[in-house]
Amino acid sequence: MSDLLHNTHAPADPDSSSRSQAEVSADMDAVSREYAGSKAAAGDGETRTRLDFPAYRSSILRHPTKDLHHADPEGVELWSPVFGENDLDPLEADLTVQHGGEPVGERMKVTGRVLDGDGRPVRRQLVEIWQANAGGRYIHKRDNHPAGLDPNFTGVGRCLTDGDGTYEFTTIKPGPYPWRNHRNAWRPAHIHFSLFGTDFTQRLVTQMYFPGDPLFALDPIYRSIVDPRARRRLVAAYDHDVTEHEWCTGYRWDIVLTGSQRTPLEEEHA
Amino acid sequence: MTWLPTPGQTVGPFFSFALEYDGDAALVPDHHPDAVRLHGRVFDGAGQPVPDALIELWQAEPSGRPSRASGSLRRDSATFTGWGRCATGADGRYAFTTLVPGAPFFALTVFARGLLDGLFTRAYLPTASGDAFLRTVEAERRHTLLAVADDAGYEFDIRLQGEDETVFLAHPRH
Repeated sequence: MSDLLHNTHAPADPDSSSRSQAEVSADMDAVSREYAGSKAAAGDGETRTRLDFPAYRSSILRHPTKDLHHADPEGVELWSPVFGENDLDPLEADLTVQHGGEPVGERMKVTGRVLDGDGRPVRRQLVEIWQANAGGRYIHKRDNHPAGLDPNFTGVGRCLTDGDGTYEFTTIKPGPYPWRNHRNAWRPAHIHFSLFGTDFTQRLVTQMYFPGDPLFALDPIYRSIVDPRARRRLVAAYDHDVTEHEWCTGYRWDIVLTGSQRTPLEEEHA
Repeated sequence: MTWLPTPGQTVGPFFSFALEYDGDAALVPDHHPDAVRLHGRVFDGAGQPVPDALIELWQAEPSGRPSRASGSLRRDSATFTGWGRCATGADGRYAFTTLVPGAPFFALTVFARGLLDGLFTRAYLPTASGDAFLRTVEAERRHTLLAVADDAGYEFDIRLQGEDETVFLAHPRH
């Protein structure tokens, strides 16, 4: 594998690169400097993730090159799929009880509220998470990072938000892991989140990170959110009021989807 | 007070062990008398199939209304929820078994490893070529939003980049 990583004559495989972290970081710093001096950095700044971010090599052939086309949501887009209690088991919100024993690692609770762009709670909607285990290994046949698989941890959870828009999972803190974007590339520890709003156009997949991670500055996926304030919105807060005595640590992370297109009058009161 | 949106991030690399579920792409059973296939491939800028993309489908009922029924993750084979999810295979192919929407398009999202944020698009029924929204799209790109009828139902390829790049959508306040 190391031969592959060092072979500069290899075809441009987006999965492997011999570039150094210093080179990749220099590219990311150049984008940041350009952004800091631009008009886009004023006010709320750039709130979206850049799709064209070459430091993440796999994005090079997978980002649209044309501007997104403006479309007022219509018909089905003004609604979201409905998920109900029958779609999931309440135990799916606890990733530590899916097997015969306790998973290895730091048990923790992750909770927060899902809100729309007007601050209204997103009620009874599906939240899905997936993550690596404490050693930074996914239970996926193509993940060959030589860290242990944990027989007591799958790393998949689901729940519905409650009437206040609150979700809550019990899980294990994931570890950082290497990836082949460049030489010695490591992802900051993160949990993938999949969310639905009240409209289909609010559909969001994102990642939650942990405060103070030394890998933030080095990571092309995190830094593809170029505005530093916007990317901090992906970082959870340690919350001692969520932490439980003799049981688990606690983190809080609120998620804001974009604005709903429906007027409140059209909202369901189910 | 301004509520600034949480930015998106790539679904990759290993979403499939988490987001796929039994029957995810079968909105109706294959033997349903009105079943049709919405199928196609996802391509990158080099024209190569994308084997690690996830397409989600949300569509109106045959009546034209959005379904308000739950049961999209644990299907009972009788309720049409209008929601489905399909990961692409090694050949970049996805396929849904569904019903023809009584509204002119299938709403789709595209997620993939290497795609830093999800994308929205619409697969219009071939009969909808005169749709008011389609007329707002440049004539030479309009065909990228039109599904093509075939024996199974409809074919709709998604090109993330390059020649015939699919028109992806931005919605106001998004």
